[in-house]
Amino acid sequence: MNIFKKTILTVLASLFVIGNVYADKIKIGTEGAYPPWNSKDASGNLIGFEVELAQELCAIMKRECTIVEQDWDGMIPALLMRKFDAIMAGMSITAERQKTITFSQGYADEVASLAVMKGSSLVGMETPEGINLSLGGSDVKKALKTLTGALAGKTVCTQTGTIHQNFLESGDVGSVNVRTYKTQDEVNLDLTSGRCDVALAAAVAFTDYADKSGEAVTLVGPTFSGGAFGNGVGVGIRQGGDDAIGKRDAKLLKDFNKAINTARKKGIISKLAIKHFGFDASM
Amino acid sequence: MDFDLMFTSFPKLLGATVVTLKLLSASLFFGLIIGLLFAILRLNKNILINKFAYGYSYLFRGTPLLVQIFIIYFGLGQIEYLRSTFLWVILKEPYWCAIIAFTLNTGAYTSEILRSAFQTIKPGIIEASKSLGISNKIIFYKIQIPIAIRQSLPAYGNEIILMMKGTSLASTVTLMDLTGVAKYIISTTFKPIEVFIVAGGIYLFMTFIIHNVIKFLEKKYSFNS
Repeated sequence: MNIFKKTILTVLASLFVIGNVYADKIKIGTEGAYPPWNSKDASGNLIGFEVELAQELCAIMKRECTIVEQDWDGMIPALLMRKFDAIMAGMSITAERQKTITFSQGYADEVASLAVMKGSSLVGMETPEGINLSLGGSDVKKALKTLTGALAGKTVCTQTGTIHQNFLESGDVGSVNVRTYKTQDEVNLDLTSGRCDVALAAAVAFTDYADKSGEAVTLVGPTFSGGAFGNGVGVGIRQGGDDAIGKRDAKLLKDFNKAINTARKKGIISKLAIKHFGFDASM
Repeated sequence: MDFDLMFTSFPKLLGATVVTLKLLSASLFFGLIIGLLFAILRLNKNILINKFAYGYSYLFRGTPLLVQIFIIYFGLGQIEYLRSTFLWVILKEPYWCAIIAFTLNTGAYTSEILRSAFQTIKPGIIEASKSLGISNKIIFYKIQIPIAIRQSLPAYGNEIILMMKGTSLASTVTLMDLTGVAKYIISTTFKPIEVFIVAGGIYLFMTFIIHNVIKFLEKKYSFNS
């Protein structure tokens, strides 16, 4: 055998070995642009609640993990194309998404809220403090009616492909003029510039932005949960199947569920939630 | 392959093509005016005017269109003073921001295309016209401009196609153009391949039309026939 052949065989053999080692690693996709859930520090490293939680869960599972960045609008397609094995990106568990992927049990939940700039006509709107769309009832109906009136003719901004966009387009608050953005950062920018009259996102996304930028962003109206807002945030995983890869995905789901249970019992999720959100958002 | 999705998304994408065509025609119209103006300034012998026109084309040809659109949309929106002026009426709308960015970009390229076309006109043609006693003004409007436009047709056709594809960046500033609607459909169906194939097909078809119109014009105004 000449040297040339030998080299090629060695390279191929090493690739095979490396490939097998890496197959055991879990790749987790996150957005890195939705603080405090997940974001990036000044030098570009991924940080935030879910980045730390992912590391904790992997430690419990005794598996090696890498966390990779993925734009929000391509998150589910990227999971399906096997660019990574799990999503931890503040993604709420909704029936619509469950048609395509599956979720672990929820690890944290957090309400959504409208935000405006101080001085907006919406400040001081009279609604209950929080409404749960799943519960319904006269209070919810009344609040939605107030909101329908308040939002009529206003430009409401939100991130594309989110529960917030689904809610605004559901007709619960009439037909509002929705404008969608690729990232929450861009929503915040256009809220402060005045291009958006109102914005809708996770309440902490706004309070975090107001804290860091010093802009006069303020929450208005009720906080939202239930219904279009889903049932908490969980780990998104491909739906399992009967083939080897499908079984691997099904096992990954089980492992994540177990790890989340353990982390919850040990108080790890609560601790991380308080650290990043300022309150216990764990579930 | 989800062929059903391709069929159902086609009419939605076709509707969004109207927005794309509006953006394209508006920016090409204003861009041609700016391009012609700056091409003439480039030929001016005054060094200040010349350098100014060169600076404009250098700036807009030297930076990515995406950066330009972001600076105009998100950048200018952050300047508080600007928001209190009448300019904000225009800059508040994503539609106008996109048209301003596209116009300035295509204007820079068009000015270069027209400038080089003016420079290829043989001096003999102008000298001959002068010897016939035709005034400078009429030489410029009736001889130089028509020749320059004919000369620049192939390069300008290319620019139209590039600009048509460039309009897809309008979706980054919330506009629901062809790419914007494609992304919107993907955000609810999670099937990028099917939707982008249809959107890509529509872009390809538009290129086909533009290409053939330019080819027809080139033939019609050919020097050799």
